Amino acid sequence: MAAAESYPDGLLYHPEHDWALIEGDEAVLGITWFAQDALGEIVHYEAPDVGAAIGMGEAYGEVESVKAVSDLISPLSGVVLEVNEKATGEPETINEEPYGAGWLIRVRLTDPTEIARLLSPETYRAHVAAE
Amino acid sequence: MQLIYEKSVPGRRAGTVPAYAGLAKPAVPAGLGRAAAPRLPEIAEPDLVRHITALANRNFGIDTGFYPLGSCTMKHNPRLNERAANLPGFANIHPAQSEESVQGALELMWRLQEILREVTGLDAVSLQPAAGSQGELTGLLVMRAYFADRGEDELRREIVIPDTAHGTNPASVVMAGYEVVGIKTDARGNVDVDDLRAKVGPRTAGLMITNPSTLGLFEENIHEIEQIMHGAGALMYYDGANLNAVCGVSRPGDMGFDVVHINLHKTFSQPHGGGGPGGGPIAVRGLLDPFLPKPQIVRDGEGAGAFYRLDRDRPKSIGKVRGWTGPFGVFVRSYAFIRRYGPGLREMSEAAVLNANYMLARLRDAYDVPYDRLCMHEFVISARTLKKEHGVTATDVAKRLMDFGYHPPTVYFPLVVPEALMIEPTESEAKETLDAFCDAMLEIAREAASDPAAAKAAPLTRPVRRLDEVLAAKRLVLRYAFADHPDLAAERAAASA
Amino acid sequence: MSFLSLTDADRAAMLATVGVETVEELFRDIPEAVRLRAPLALDPALTEAQLAAHLAELASRNTHTGDELSFLGYGVYDHYSPAVIDVLLARGEFLTAYTPYQPEMSQGVLQAIFEYQTAICELTGLAVSNASGYDGCTVAADACFLAAHHTGRSKVVVAETLHPMVREVVATFAPGFGMEVVTVPASGGVVDGAAWAAACEGAACAIFQTPNVFGILEDGPALAAAANACEALPVAHVDLLSLGVLEAPGAYGCALAIGEGQSAGIPMSFGGPHFGFMAARADLVRRMPGRIVGETLDSESKRAFVLTLQTREQHIRREKATSNMTTNQTLIALAGWVTLCWYGPQGLRELGELLMGLSAEVAIKAKAAGYELAFPGTTTFKEVALRVPGGGSAEEVARKARALGVNPGVPLGHDFAGLADVLLVAVTEKRTPDDIAELAEVIGQCS
Repeated sequence: MAAAESYPDGLLYHPEHDWALIEGDEAVLGITWFAQDALGEIVHYEAPDVGAAIGMGEAYGEVESVKAVSDLISPLSGVVLEVNEKATGEPETINEEPYGAGWLIRVRLTDPTEIARLLSPETYRAHVAAE
Repeated sequence: MQLIYEKSVPGRRAGTVPAYAGLAKPAVPAGLGRAAAPRLPEIAEPDLVRHITALANRNFGIDTGFYPLGSCTMKHNPRLNERAANLPGFANIHPAQSEESVQGALELMWRLQEILREVTGLDAVSLQPAAGSQGELTGLLVMRAYFADRGEDELRREIVIPDTAHGTNPASVVMAGYEVVGIKTDARGNVDVDDLRAKVGPRTAGLMITNPSTLGLFEENIHEIEQIMHGAGALMYYDGANLNAVCGVSRPGDMGFDVVHINLHKTFSQPHGGGGPGGGPIAVRGLLDPFLPKPQIVRDGEGAGAFYRLDRDRPKSIGKVRGWTGPFGVFVRSYAFIRRYGPGLREMSEAAVLNANYMLARLRDAYDVPYDRLCMHEFVISARTLKKEHGVTATDVAKRLMDFGYHPPTVYFPLVVPEALMIEPTESEAKETLDAFCDAMLEIAREAASDPAAAKAAPLTRPVRRLDEVLAAKRLVLRYAFADHPDLAAERAAASA
Repeated sequence: MSFLSLTDADRAAMLATVGVETVEELFRDIPEAVRLRAPLALDPALTEAQLAAHLAELASRNTHTGDELSFLGYGVYDHYSPAVIDVLLARGEFLTAYTPYQPEMSQGVLQAIFEYQTAICELTGLAVSNASGYDGCTVAADACFLAAHHTGRSKVVVAETLHPMVREVVATFAPGFGMEVVTVPASGGVVDGAAWAAACEGAACAIFQTPNVFGILEDGPALAAAANACEALPVAHVDLLSLGVLEAPGAYGCALAIGEGQSAGIPMSFGGPHFGFMAARADLVRRMPGRIVGETLDSESKRAFVLTLQTREQHIRREKATSNMTTNQTLIALAGWVTLCWYGPQGLRELGELLMGLSAEVAIKAKAAGYELAFPGTTTFKEVALRVPGGGSAEEVARKARALGVNPGVPLGHDFAGLADVLLVAVTEKRTPDDIAELAEVIGQCS
């Protein structure tokens, strides 16, 4: 069952429809409701390797529906600490709980100054409304 | 229906093998012999024939009915061509035979090369590529070899491609070691010339386009595009998927293209075979001739003294792109097809274009027309309004067409048109067929308003209803697994219980 | 024109609906400068009967297998083509359909491909098969592209005993993939094991052929183990008809099995259309090129088949696709599948044993005629490399033998330096011990 549209407070957003939950010098990353809705039912999540370095605005993995592929754009630079095995094993979790059980990776931030460049929930909601 | 493996009974067989008394029985060296027999089906010939026939009955071809699959040119396949390709003198000749013993085959290939030179307006042809996309890759490697020969390969790294291009184009570009640069489409459906001009420069090796484009529109600014590309020292590649529109009307060579691939299975009627085989010869301007794959088929002398041979002495050639000299059986069929028309190939293209325009005129009020122009051999309309107002999508229209007895058009392509339906009737169809199909399309549009559920439920008349493609992508079952084979229906029932 | 239906009245009515006066007006978007204003300079149209006669005349100027006793092989073989494949090839529902994009219209082709994939997986001992590649050469290039992406490495290792045409095609495409090709020399007609192991270091994949280009069984398990030790993907290039008697490549550690399917009853047709096959380990499925059919359910839970994992393919993934392939060799691959079903497991085993027996018979009879095995101490499957007595020219022997109605095989001097005196003789189940006796007699006279 797909989730209802929402863009929670407490998260920061990237205009490519990715979110970040900042926890000290670490962050949890995922895709927004808008991104999963545009893709449709997700059938595969191609995750990065633990230990991989990822850069802000760059692709770190892919999610696929039956008829489309979408790059996962990292909202922040960091090193991958953990991949959500639930999302790789049951990718529909990303549709069902994009901000909860459907998170994608946890990273250690390599440039925390980037956080200031992310969008607030309010700004991101306006960005989605304009799409 | 059952899989053939489910019909298998131990001890049955169809084919038998001769046994010769006294023949040696060499042992397979230790460790190399088969431990467990492959579980091929065990079935006698009568049930093998029935199995194949039952499968055929669950499929739809041009022979069954109208098949307006855009960009695929699903035209009539003359049966003489099948008979000819199976002549012992064509089917039972070995590619390593001496040239003297295959003069008829080499002459046929040489003649086909000459025909393709004339139809494309170019100088030299390689018949070797196995299909259109292999023709693309071959053409790009020929372009690279040309630039390498001029010392420009390291500089020229980019190929520009419009956003309407077939997916094969960018995929081929990457496989050739080039980078893709995308070009926008303008409001009339042409290449955006300003965008092109801004993106072409010293790093550009070439342009790949289809003309008419995948929107079914002729590129009106082709002359300006040619000047931009050649002015930058770059080459022009013509994706010949849509050549059926312009045979005898306008030639890629005259448009300024330097390399063209020809889909023999589209324009020249090699049967599509459920996905192949095809043929993808390329034609090139003289400056690229030295780089074509080897061997080339050449003729020495003329008239009664003519001798046809394979020329392997081509030091600048990119090499071989497939085995031997190409799909010869495909050449027989395409050569035969063209010889039935002769210079009248132009009538073929004229009929294809008239058929498409007639259908577009009949459908334009019921569906959205993204680019309001005369079309060439195919056209793209959209179910955008049907979706917005009634929730009926291009997929729904396609599935409902099945219940009217038609193969659906290509859907959701090109990507620049939402809810796209790409319709290519070909020259093969009679006016009554076009009318009946258009009547069905109009009825489906009306029905979308009155009873949108009907399209959503379609098809009702096929061997299966709509499929769960998500299940196919997540629960990968890609072969029969015998005793371990999953029962997907039981799994679904258990999951919903 | 037989293939066109529009009458003058049809055309007039249609043009009126479009709102133009003439067909010519339909082409008004084409600039005058690029219009062809002369008729195409092609020979005049022929009637069907005239064309049939013309094609028959061309065909009559080819020597076919019914005209001479042929032992040509070298990648294309005169195997028997079971009549039952015509059932498939003649049905318009198979012949005149295209790629099954619309599964409800295409369950026949989709199920047939699924059954073909199953047969290829069974024969090769691997988990997944695609719906076919172009031929036995291009699937080797496909394997390289796959391996480069899987391993992130850029070296391809090929055995010298892999057919030179396959090596040539790999060499054509490898630079575009950013790969270099290393060839491992042969020793005594088989891969030099030590050189192979050394070359595999740092390689993306390592391709060997068994039975190899000389018809000899390679030590596949050892070659695969050496590649696996370096984390290079071992790729076996195999003959489907050998897999009733020879071990499945997947069973001895190969990551991929590829090959030319023509052996499975496909007419030689001067080199095509044939089909290439490719099977892989389960973990490589997302990197496979080409079409793959999967099983699923329809909305009423009825079993059905559909193209799956399409996100690998060019029409969705575009420049990131696993291949540019779209049209493949489906119809030919399905004809091959019918041949395999026709033989069944028992027939395929008997066929393999017969071919091994006939190839041994060639060696025995040729020895009596003064021809030694070019590579003694080896086991052959259906081809035998013979050395012409006294270092004579194999080319010359072949020329003389053809004049006597026997095409004795392929002289190897063109493709292998130092083997100008070696003749490669192929047998199929269509050749008999008597035919082999005749071959030996003729080449005995010609050396």
